[in-house]
Amino acid sequence: MTNSIEVKDLTLNFGAVSVLKKMNLDVAEGEFIVLLGPSGCGKSTLLNCLAGLLDITDGQIFIKGKNVTWAEPSDRGIGMVFQSYALYPQMTVRGNLSFGLKNAKMPQPEIDKRIARAAEILQIEPLLDRKPAALSGGQRQRVAIGRALVRDVDVFLFDEPLSNLDAKLRSELRVEIKRLHNKLNNTMVYVTHDQIEALTLADRIAVMRGGIIQQLAAPQEIYNRPSNLFVAGFIGSPSMNFLHGATVESGRAFQFGSVKLDLTGYEGGAILERSKAILGLRPEHLTIQDHEEPGKTIAATVEIDEPMGADSLVWLEADGGLQMSVRVPVERRMARGTPVHLKVDISKASIFDSGTEQRI
Amino acid sequence: MVDATNPRGAKPKPRFSGRNIMLYGTLIVICMYYILPLWVMVMTSTKGMPEIRLGNIFSPPVEITFQPWVKAWAEACTGLNCDGLSRGFFNSVRILIPSVILSIAVASVNGYALVNWRFKGSDIFFTILIFGSFIPYQVMLYPMVIILRELGIYGTLWGLVLVHTIFGMPILTLLFRNYFSSLPEELFKAARVDGAGFWGIFFKIMVPMSLPIFVVALILQVTGIWNDFLFGVVFTKPDTYPMTVQLNNIVNSVQGIKEYNVNMAATLLTGLVPLVIYFISGKLFVRGIAAGAVKG
Repeated sequence: MTNSIEVKDLTLNFGAVSVLKKMNLDVAEGEFIVLLGPSGCGKSTLLNCLAGLLDITDGQIFIKGKNVTWAEPSDRGIGMVFQSYALYPQMTVRGNLSFGLKNAKMPQPEIDKRIARAAEILQIEPLLDRKPAALSGGQRQRVAIGRALVRDVDVFLFDEPLSNLDAKLRSELRVEIKRLHNKLNNTMVYVTHDQIEALTLADRIAVMRGGIIQQLAAPQEIYNRPSNLFVAGFIGSPSMNFLHGATVESGRAFQFGSVKLDLTGYEGGAILERSKAILGLRPEHLTIQDHEEPGKTIAATVEIDEPMGADSLVWLEADGGLQMSVRVPVERRMARGTPVHLKVDISKASIFDSGTEQRI
Repeated sequence: MVDATNPRGAKPKPRFSGRNIMLYGTLIVICMYYILPLWVMVMTSTKGMPEIRLGNIFSPPVEITFQPWVKAWAEACTGLNCDGLSRGFFNSVRILIPSVILSIAVASVNGYALVNWRFKGSDIFFTILIFGSFIPYQVMLYPMVIILRELGIYGTLWGLVLVHTIFGMPILTLLFRNYFSSLPEELFKAARVDGAGFWGIFFKIMVPMSLPIFVVALILQVTGIWNDFLFGVVFTKPDTYPMTVQLNNIVNSVQGIKEYNVNMAATLLTGLVPLVIYFISGKLFVRGIAAGAVKG
C-alpha cells in the first residue's frame, strides 16, 4: 500500500518557540488518523501545515507521493473542515459548495453534478438555496464537509469539527463521519482533544504532546499498551490508577508499601529489578472481592460509589492514602467504609520506568 | 449580542421623580445650547438686511426671503469671481469623490493584507503607519508642497486628492485592520483551501462581509475631506478652491457691507453635505463603529 501522506522531519518554529519538532508521520491510503492531545500540543498546527496554511521551518511533506511542501493549499489535493464551520455567510449553501470549483474554473455542468452528489451523500438537498445563518449547527457542519467532498480530494483534514456541537449531535455526526469514511475510503486526518472521538473513529491514533508524537498506534493498542506514562494518563476516563513502587525479586514482583504483587503473566519487556517503577492499572482491570489472595490483591476501603448507568465507579483508598478507582457492574452497590480486596489482572497492566516514563 | 428575551436595564422609576426632572432638564438645556446657533443661522438667512438690522436675532422672519440663499450659491463675490459658492461646491465634489474612493480602496487592502497576509516586518510597517496619525499636519505641510511641486501636480485638484489619500491612510488602515481581524480566521483559511487568491478572497469573501466598516470609512472620509480647510487653502489655487475656503473668503471679505444673511446661508450650504451623509447612514455608522471596536 502506498502512503497517502508522508511527513518527513517536519519542524516549525514560531520565533523562538518550537511548535513541531522533527516530526515524522506516514499515513496509508484510505487510513483514518486521529491527532489527539491536550491543547497546545501542536496537533492543529500539524494539520495546518499539512493543509499548507502555515509555512514550515524545515522538513518535507508529501501527499500522494508528490512533494507539496511549498505548494498552495488548493494544489495539494486536500479538503478541510473547520471547527467553526467557516461557511461563507453571504453565499447560499450551493454557493459555498461551488466556490472552490469555480475558482478551479470547472465547467458548470460538472459543478452541478458534484454538488448534487455531495448533497445526496450528506442529505442536504433541501438546504441548497439557504444561507448558512438559516442552518442549525449540525447542518452547517454537514455543508462544511460537503465543501471538502465536492472537491473530490484525496485527503480530508478535520480540525476539531465536532467541538462546537452539543453532545447528542456530536455523537450522531461522529457516526456519520465514520460512515462517510467507509463509503469514500479517503485518507482522513482528524484533530481532536476528545478521546472518545479518537478511540471510535481512528484506524490509528497519534497522541501528541509538546510538538512530538508520543505514540502512534491503533486505538486498542494505545488503550491497552500505552507506550509511556503520558499516553497512559491521557487516554481513559477516569484515568489509569498509578501505583508508585519498585520491582523486586528480579522483576517477578511489584512492591509498594507493604503490598507485594505477583507479576507473572505481564505482557511486556523484561521487567528486571528497578528501585523505582510505576504500575498502571485501568479501573476496569480491577475487580472487587471479599477475600484476600496473596500476591494478587490490594486491600482498600470504599470511599465513594458513583453509579453511571451502565456500570458504576467506585473510588477507594488503598494502603498509604492512595486513591484508586474501579469500574464495577451497576448491581453492586458499595457502602462507604467497607473493607475490600482489589484483584489485579496483571496481564492487562502496564509497568513504567519512573525515570524514562517509558512502558516496560 | 443582546438577549432580547430577558428583561434588561434598571428597574422602572416614576416618570416625574426628582432625578428625571434633573436629567431631562439638563439634557434640554444642553440641546438648546447646540440648537440655538443653528436656529439663529436659519432665521437670519431667511431675513432681509433691514430686518436683520433691527437686531432681534432669535425672532423668526416677518417676511421670508430666499434671496440670500440664491446669492450665496450663485452671486456672492470672492475677489474677481462673482459666481458664489457653486464653484467651490463643484471643486469640493471633484476633490471629494476621487479622494474618498482612492483612500478607502487603498486602506481596505492595507488592512486586509496586514491581518491575513502577514509579511516580514508587517508589524513594524503598521506601527509606523499608526505613528503617522500622531504627527501634526502642520509639520508636513511644507515638505508636501515640495513633493507636489516636484510631481508637477501642485495647485491642481489631483494634488489635493493625493494629499487627502495619504493623510487618511493611518486611521483608515487601523479601522479596516481591526475590522478584518474580527472576522473569523478560519473563513480566510477555508477560502485558501478553496483556491481563492489574494484578490479573490478580498473581493468575494472579505468585502461582502464588511459593509458596515466601509460605511464608517465613507462617512469619516466624506466629512473629513469636505470640512478640510487647511489642505484646501495650502494646496490649491483660487480657481480650484474647495467650498470651505471659498466660504471663508465670502464671509471674511472686507469690502462693502456685511451681508449677514448671505453669510449664514453660505455657511449652511457648506455644512449640508456632511449633514445629509449623517442622516442617511447614521444607523449603519453606529453599527460599523461597534463592530470595528470588538477586537483590536
